[in-house]
Amino acid sequence: MAPGQRVTSFSARRVRADVPQLTRMVNGHTITYLDTASSSLQPRPVIEAMSRYYELRHANVHRGVYQTANEATEAYEGARARVAGFIRAPGGASEVVFTKNTTESFNLIAKSWGAANLGPGDVVLLSEMEHHANIVPWFQLRETTGIEVRFIPVTDGFRLDLDNLDELLQGVRLLSITGMSNVLGTKNPLKELASAAHSVNALIAVDGAQSVAHGATDVADLELDFLTFSGHKMLGPTGIGVLWTREEILDSMPPFLGGGGMIADVRTDGYTPARGVTRFEAGTPPIAEAVGLNAAVRYLEALGMAAVVAHESELTADALTRLELTFDGRVRVIGPLDTIERGGVISLDVEGVHAHDVAQVLDQFGVCVRPGHHCAKPLMRRFGLTATARASFGPYSLTKDTDVLLEAIEHTLKMFG
Amino acid sequence: MSNLEDLYREIILDHYRSPRNRGELPTPPAHRVEGFNPLCGDDVVIYLNVRDEVLEDIKLTGHGCSISQASSSLMSAAVKGRSLAQVQSTIDTFKELMTGHDASLSKDEEIDEELDLRTLGELAALQGVVKFPVRIKCAMLAWNALRQGLEEFAQSPGH
Ligand SMILES: Cc1ncc(COP(=O)(O)O)c(C=O)c1O
Repeated sequence: MAPGQRVTSFSARRVRADVPQLTRMVNGHTITYLDTASSSLQPRPVIEAMSRYYELRHANVHRGVYQTANEATEAYEGARARVAGFIRAPGGASEVVFTKNTTESFNLIAKSWGAANLGPGDVVLLSEMEHHANIVPWFQLRETTGIEVRFIPVTDGFRLDLDNLDELLQGVRLLSITGMSNVLGTKNPLKELASAAHSVNALIAVDGAQSVAHGATDVADLELDFLTFSGHKMLGPTGIGVLWTREEILDSMPPFLGGGGMIADVRTDGYTPARGVTRFEAGTPPIAEAVGLNAAVRYLEALGMAAVVAHESELTADALTRLELTFDGRVRVIGPLDTIERGGVISLDVEGVHAHDVAQVLDQFGVCVRPGHHCAKPLMRRFGLTATARASFGPYSLTKDTDVLLEAIEHTLKMFG
Repeated sequence: MSNLEDLYREIILDHYRSPRNRGELPTPPAHRVEGFNPLCGDDVVIYLNVRDEVLEDIKLTGHGCSISQASSSLMSAAVKGRSLAQVQSTIDTFKELMTGHDASLSKDEEIDEELDLRTLGELAALQGVVKFPVRIKCAMLAWNALRQGLEEFAQSPGH
């Protein structure tokens, strides 16, 4: 076990007490926050770490000589090391690039690694359950390089259809796939997929936006090549994301954005990019956000990812059972009905009521769920849907959140029935 | 809960459950126009039969939330059989209702609003939407498509 993955006495109530926003009143009710898949709430240690940084230690990073500049640099680089440990990066901090979010991380992969390594006829294999962040950059690359973009289908049981994987893998140079669907909750068999990709000499990139926040991720054990995720979905702040890749890949990748910080030299006749991760971090980076992300990772490690998974899985099982019992088919779950390899994201199709109306009525009960296509339109099309109302859990969620959710859905059905 | 009841008035739920003028018209002679809300995926398709500056018939299909569907149904009932000038004026008034008014109104504005409501008839039931800014787009979907359809029709050859 990694340090910080020691067995802990996890208490969701204690986590809840740490999150100030969960005491808020909304429309006359205490907030019931069920939108963690979209963005998680921050516990006090994360908020306080960022405040303390701004109160005492703020300065620009790198190349400063004075004390606070050194402290800011240490804080920023310390976050990189913490993140590297969290995902067990074999090469440590020198494999962790800070970006703005998962979306930017995918753009970096496509526009740097992709543009340099892929050409006409090369295939990038995605799945039908991808977020647009892992689709659009590949279509953009297709416009400029003539690559082929291919999709692994999703079964009626809301899992990847891997029956024809061998065929699908023909000509594939990169398999880019989500660790956990932000619509279905489905967790994908990453180790198996990595090994399949490697068997045809393709690389594998994993969208960890959901999976990193809701399960332990060991990039070395999984044998991944790229991993992307966002701070704000794992109890951290907005404005910071991560791209992890193996050192030898990173060293071979051309720069992405140009500017200060990413260079070794600039002359009037050209420039030389810096080596290592800084080559991909042009301009002043998200320093306070890195401090917040460091605190978030520390917080998650103290909870223990295994305990987080167990807790969310219990909540999900309970919610799935009660949805079935209470509504007798009038509320359909768009996702697996068991909790095997499944996270705490529950997309709902309420009979006769559009997702927007569901979310609108729920808001009056202080319940935060997200209506819409969840930036996964190919997946919605696959199931003939335009929108679902999505409830999702975090480590601070409790069964009483499900109580309020069910009560509010009941009201919705009555209103529109 | 009063805001919510204001949003989902009985007239709106009725038009949502049993939309008026639902269907298609043969094109040509009908003019067909689509509206789309990329944010939520709601869509509407409108068929317009215009003769002698009168909107003789209108039919709609589409998918969406209660607000977008009720709004398009209410719209179709309000504009069918009207002169193009009257239709344009209804579009303008409805748009004003959606954009011009806030939940809290001064006395003067209330008088304004009364004027609106009289000319709008059943459409006034949609005024609760303005308290929910993100839903205004839903209510406007069909109206924007109708306006676009009429513009296209006016510019079409042979008109
Ligand atoms: C699976 C998945 N991938 C990518 C993203 C994009 O994350 P971000 O908006 O932080 O770039 C999200 C968030 O919505 C997601 O759930």
